[in-house]
Amino acid sequence: MQTLVAYVENKPGVLNRVASLARRLAINIDSLTVGPTENEEVARMTIVAHTDEKGAHRLEASLEKLVDVLLAENISERSLLERDLALIKVLADQQSRPHLMELIKVFRARVVDVAPESLILEVSGTVDKIDGLLEVLRPFGVLEMARTGRIAMTRGGDLLRPPVASGQQQLPEPVGRK
Amino acid sequence: MKLAGAEILCESLTRLGVRHIFGYPGGAILPVYDALGKSKLHHILVRHEQGATHMADGYARASGGVGVAMATSGPGATNMVTGIATAMLDSSPVVCITGQVSSKLLGSDAFQEIDITGITMPITKHNVVVSRAEDVARTIREAFLIANSGRPGPVLVDITKDAQQASTEFNWDASAPQLPPKRQRNNHDQAEFDRAVELLNSAKRPIILAGRGIMLSGAMRVFEQFVRAGNFPVAMTLLGIGCFPAKDPMNLGMMGMHGEAWVNHAIQESDLLVAVGMRFDDRVTGDLRTYAKGARKIHIEIDRAEINKNVPVDAALIGDAREVLEKLLPALEKHERGDWLAHIRELRGDSAVRDIQNLPDSGHLYAAHVINDLWKETRGEAIVVTDVGQHQMWEAQYYHHDQPRTLITSGGLGTMGFALPAAIGAKFAMPGSEVWAVVGDGGFQMTMSELATIVQEKIKINIAIINNGYLGMVRQWQEFFYDKRYVATPLVAPDFAALANAFGIRGERITSRGDVIRTIRSARESSETVLIDFRVEQEDSVYPMVPAGGSLHEMIRRPNNPLVETATEP
Repeated sequence: MQTLVAYVENKPGVLNRVASLARRLAINIDSLTVGPTENEEVARMTIVAHTDEKGAHRLEASLEKLVDVLLAENISERSLLERDLALIKVLADQQSRPHLMELIKVFRARVVDVAPESLILEVSGTVDKIDGLLEVLRPFGVLEMARTGRIAMTRGGDLLRPPVASGQQQLPEPVGRK
Repeated sequence: MKLAGAEILCESLTRLGVRHIFGYPGGAILPVYDALGKSKLHHILVRHEQGATHMADGYARASGGVGVAMATSGPGATNMVTGIATAMLDSSPVVCITGQVSSKLLGSDAFQEIDITGITMPITKHNVVVSRAEDVARTIREAFLIANSGRPGPVLVDITKDAQQASTEFNWDASAPQLPPKRQRNNHDQAEFDRAVELLNSAKRPIILAGRGIMLSGAMRVFEQFVRAGNFPVAMTLLGIGCFPAKDPMNLGMMGMHGEAWVNHAIQESDLLVAVGMRFDDRVTGDLRTYAKGARKIHIEIDRAEINKNVPVDAALIGDAREVLEKLLPALEKHERGDWLAHIRELRGDSAVRDIQNLPDSGHLYAAHVINDLWKETRGEAIVVTDVGQHQMWEAQYYHHDQPRTLITSGGLGTMGFALPAAIGAKFAMPGSEVWAVVGDGGFQMTMSELATIVQEKIKINIAIINNGYLGMVRQWQEFFYDKRYVATPLVAPDFAALANAFGIRGERITSRGDVIRTIRSARESSETVLIDFRVEQEDSVYPMVPAGGSLHEMIRRPNNPLVETATEP
């Protein structure tokens, strides 16, 4: 599993280009999250892909060839902070509710909706942590789940910032012999 | 000054230096055609939009500039797909302009509406829909910039009909390209560069693999200096042919599936491969597990995604071929390499004896003879545009190109039907040059309707049909690998000479070797297009051949004797 971060133009069709590229390279995407950045013209993607280092290099270099991709970087080998967020709707009757509350505490999840027969839990953390909670919730009856997929950021001073526009671009030679 | 989007398009193309547009009109592009009529742009009416894209591609490859193709929405646009993919695979800078239904109809399945940007996404370097007249000039300028910078490629601009019709203020200076800012990567660090220099200077048996990137970067001169400085033998890819003179003693010839045997052996025995502007295509490497096992590899390549894609390399110098070679040149140490060069001469062995040009002349007509005679008669100075298949490989083997951009051929995609339209495009790019379309009887039948374009535009090219009555390369594979079961490869064709006459073009049919040179001369002397139907041996094969997936040094060689003689007398 390889983790890549990409800064892309925040406009229609870019997600399609990125996804289409992965498909063309026969790389299966495990999760792809996209959201705005502090600059509204730029969106940030975290791509988790089923591939090896070589495949990730190919994906990274091919992504950067897309006009709308400002930067793509494989950060799998770097020191990372990764987060996934899940909403889980779980069966909770009078009997199971106290037991559930214990688990929720252990996993530092939060109850965000209470209904007579069910609860919605919100939990964030690493993929492993959420998978772990899911495992112990299963016996109670998981009714629905929504997950965001991973977002990732390199730690500390290891910055990955979008490039900024730098002046005029050169026009090519007019049509004719080089 | 207020102009309609269509007028802005024509004005922008003119300012970008465009003189020729290959296209076909239709409803959704009509406003542009109306504006074209008032401009100084020369529109060439094609007979099929695939032809338009191949012509623009041929134009780009012959000129080193950008070719422009135009079509309407829907079927006009989808007909361009093969030509766009052809340009993509061979890194050819082509700008395709398509009409689109009005923006308010987008997504409504309107008449002749198709999502052409969606369809062409994986086969263009970039594509874009323009739905406002205000965006036309900037987008076209961006399209040209993208198509012809870095690793070139096709760009498609889809313009809605309302954007063509709407009027807006036209200001060229205010519509400069505004491409997204890109991260500037450090192409290669000093350590990588030093490693490459060390490999270059310590190699005992180096060989350069020269690709089309040398031509695309205009690196021919520094490449020659580089070859001289290091005394490097040079092997060519199919698309690299012409970037270094064939007559130069250091030029070994073509490598790969139908490369010369000594070239492939030299690659396998080398201790250093210096790949310049090529991408280790499977037709070049054969089985990767046995490819140049004893060789270290340096890859000089502008596209970072090509590095380590097929062949892991020891030093990757990412960048424009000319810039990298200029930087490397002063660091090269002089080497004589007498032993290595002598060894390569030995590797030629009995190749010359096996060469069909040296076998006894039985009077029968072989495709290789035709090509070789064409080379001699034109003194290697013509622009030769080939189709795909056996004749293409014979061209690469027997027409010796000394000048860049004189062999135009579909390499990566292997597009049959390419030759005739691409030759027309090449002629428009280089009106002072002699242009020959060399094409098989199969490929010719795919796009022969463009003969009418030749007549309508009154241009002079020469067309040599290498007619063996088969889809020859496929037949060859069936002979070698499918026990001669010739399924769907015998091919009925019209009388091509009569067909040419029907178009108003002079047609000739040649069946014996003695008539070849006379007919070539006569065609060259004519001021009008001449088509020659060369009825060659039906079951000759291209040798040597590395079977697909086989090791580069394990080639099927031409049997010494006898030659196959299967031509049916007409």
